[in-house]
Amino acid sequence: MSGHSTFEPKHPALKWFESRLPLVGLIHSSFVAYPTPRNLNYWWTFGGILSLMLVCQIVSGVVLAMHYTPHITLAFDSVEHIMRDVSYGWLIRYIHANGASMFFIAVYIHMFRGLYYGSYKAPREVLWILGCIIYLLMMATAFMGYVLPWGQMSFWGATVITNLFSAFPVVGPTIVEWLWGGFSVDNATLNRFFSLHYLLPFMIAGVVVLHVWALHVVGQNNPTGVEPKSPKDTVPFTPYATIKDGFGMVCFLIFFAWFLFYIPNYLGHADNYIPANPLVTPAHIVPEWYYLPFYAMLRAVPDKLGGVLTMFGAIIVLFFVPWLDTSKVRSGVYRPLFKQFFWIWVVVCIGLGWLGSKPAEGGYVIAGRILTIYYFAHFLIILPLLGLFEKPKAVPASITEAVLGKNKGAAPASAGVSAPQTKG
Amino acid sequence: MSTTMSFRSSLLRPLAVAALAFGLAAPALAADGHGTPKPPREEWSFAGPFGTFDQAQVQRGFQVFKEVCASCHAAHLFSFRNLAQPGGPSFSEAQAKAVAESYQVQDGPNDAGDMFDRPGRLSDRWPSPFPNEQAARASNGGAYPPDFSTLAKARTYEVGFPGFLIDIFTQYQENGVDYIHALLVGYEEPPEGFALPEGAHYNKYFPGHAIKMPQPLSDGQVTYTDGTPETLDQYSRDVTAFMMWMAEPHLEARKRIGFQVMIFLIIFAGLLYFTKKKVWKSVGH
Repeated sequence: MSGHSTFEPKHPALKWFESRLPLVGLIHSSFVAYPTPRNLNYWWTFGGILSLMLVCQIVSGVVLAMHYTPHITLAFDSVEHIMRDVSYGWLIRYIHANGASMFFIAVYIHMFRGLYYGSYKAPREVLWILGCIIYLLMMATAFMGYVLPWGQMSFWGATVITNLFSAFPVVGPTIVEWLWGGFSVDNATLNRFFSLHYLLPFMIAGVVVLHVWALHVVGQNNPTGVEPKSPKDTVPFTPYATIKDGFGMVCFLIFFAWFLFYIPNYLGHADNYIPANPLVTPAHIVPEWYYLPFYAMLRAVPDKLGGVLTMFGAIIVLFFVPWLDTSKVRSGVYRPLFKQFFWIWVVVCIGLGWLGSKPAEGGYVIAGRILTIYYFAHFLIILPLLGLFEKPKAVPASITEAVLGKNKGAAPASAGVSAPQTKG
Repeated sequence: MSTTMSFRSSLLRPLAVAALAFGLAAPALAADGHGTPKPPREEWSFAGPFGTFDQAQVQRGFQVFKEVCASCHAAHLFSFRNLAQPGGPSFSEAQAKAVAESYQVQDGPNDAGDMFDRPGRLSDRWPSPFPNEQAARASNGGAYPPDFSTLAKARTYEVGFPGFLIDIFTQYQENGVDYIHALLVGYEEPPEGFALPEGAHYNKYFPGHAIKMPQPLSDGQVTYTDGTPETLDQYSRDVTAFMMWMAEPHLEARKRIGFQVMIFLIIFAGLLYFTKKKVWKSVGH
């Protein structure tokens, strides 16, 4: 998978270039000859979809930055200028705003896939951790991007989130002033957020390169969780994965286009079409949908510092999943108990998201506390114990065996093999 | 409110409390469960995947805006030239020019260093009724009439579960206009025992019900020239459609291009699907 490329240039000019910088060989070994497991299902197309979304956000963002003005008296109107007067400005701005949500939908599916099929287990721990870093960077980037239109929710969201850092003892207030560049969310804050919002995507791109590099060192996981053992278990990336990823991407673009062209404001807040006003607080300050589970956890804890630590802890715990999961079996397909707990956890995450959108009162808070505890229990108690007590099903000897066992209907070598969840 | 308050710095808390005490809280999220009914869902020509503005309706709405609303409400992102652009009221350029010239706009300074008034041009913004927010408040009992530019997108109401999920499939994006229409026709006598603050009016759909704006429209108030019924309900629909266009002037282009993109993507996906099938035919997977 790594190592020397099998690419042999024919053309003399290309030979000359390759002997000086083997760039074409690198691309060839990474995206053409690269062996991919033959049994990948469509959940594996989300890596490609995420690359597409990153490019889409950077391109649309660069164009928006040409027309946007990062000043508190002009920011809102400059965004509306883009919406009204710039040629196809409405399209570029809606692509960027909805693209952020699409990016998060894709990343959540990508993460759930990794958690279900055990893609974080040895030897893919570094690959997984790089992914967690990308996710953190995405959260920071999206948060600062939402501040830029300088609407009511931009301003108050920024105020609430930056104030979280004041919970830290001794250094808290200093950190907050440092983030603000002053004594409240103001022009200095908007300017630095714009600068960082432009910078962070390129840092994401850098970590994505590391993520893909790590992927190409250890190879892709697959629905069986069994490493490829012979060339029969894999197919070359091109044409097999390229065409399948391409189909997945276009299907995802149809989903994206539905929101973009028909309900472009569905995922946003009406309040953000009101210019920011530090004297008027919105009735409910709600973050963007992709932060809602964490917002629910923040409010579930009665103590401010405790809430902040819980919220960050919910992400930090993901970094340790490779060591919290003690099971020797990689894929959830062969883990009957894990499978059930996985889906319970998914429902808990969605439940937390719903609670995050509700006012923090009465039953919502109690439900938020129960689900927060369950969220952490899944990682800190259930995952470690499952590996010790669960009796996994028999794992197929190879990918090919699993595939042929399913498709040909022939009885596989070991009777206990269940069909992996593969499609297409 | 209470929880989000606790995350706010002590510096901002008094400001927020002051804002609430003066009743200035933005009524963006209607129907928060305190006895505010959900606005009924109306039929709008611009709803759905093939929605377009009804040109005559938007023109009538402009007339209502110009003759009634604009005496208190600004629309600072709206220019006279917008009246002649496609996909809205679509007046002729001459008509838009005539509207512009009927207003006096301050320009300057001239060579002598003086500001002066001149008739409006197409490139001018819609003149605001008040020079600043304080002047607007002083003339409106302390309330600030919101700017119309993006107002139709800045108002909504909570749909709740599972309606908010169904809205994705039915492409419901008319929360704002449904709320505004309901508000305009929602003035009534306060119920027994409702303590209406001084200078406020009772509105069924306004969060908290006490709105500073007196009922702005009533039957027969604006004279239509095309025989359309001169009723409160009709005025309200017309001006709301106009507000939607003002907030989203490229709505028609968006839906038109959206359909073309959808057709392209679906055909492209179909071609890719069959190509993929052919490529993978000989490989068990």
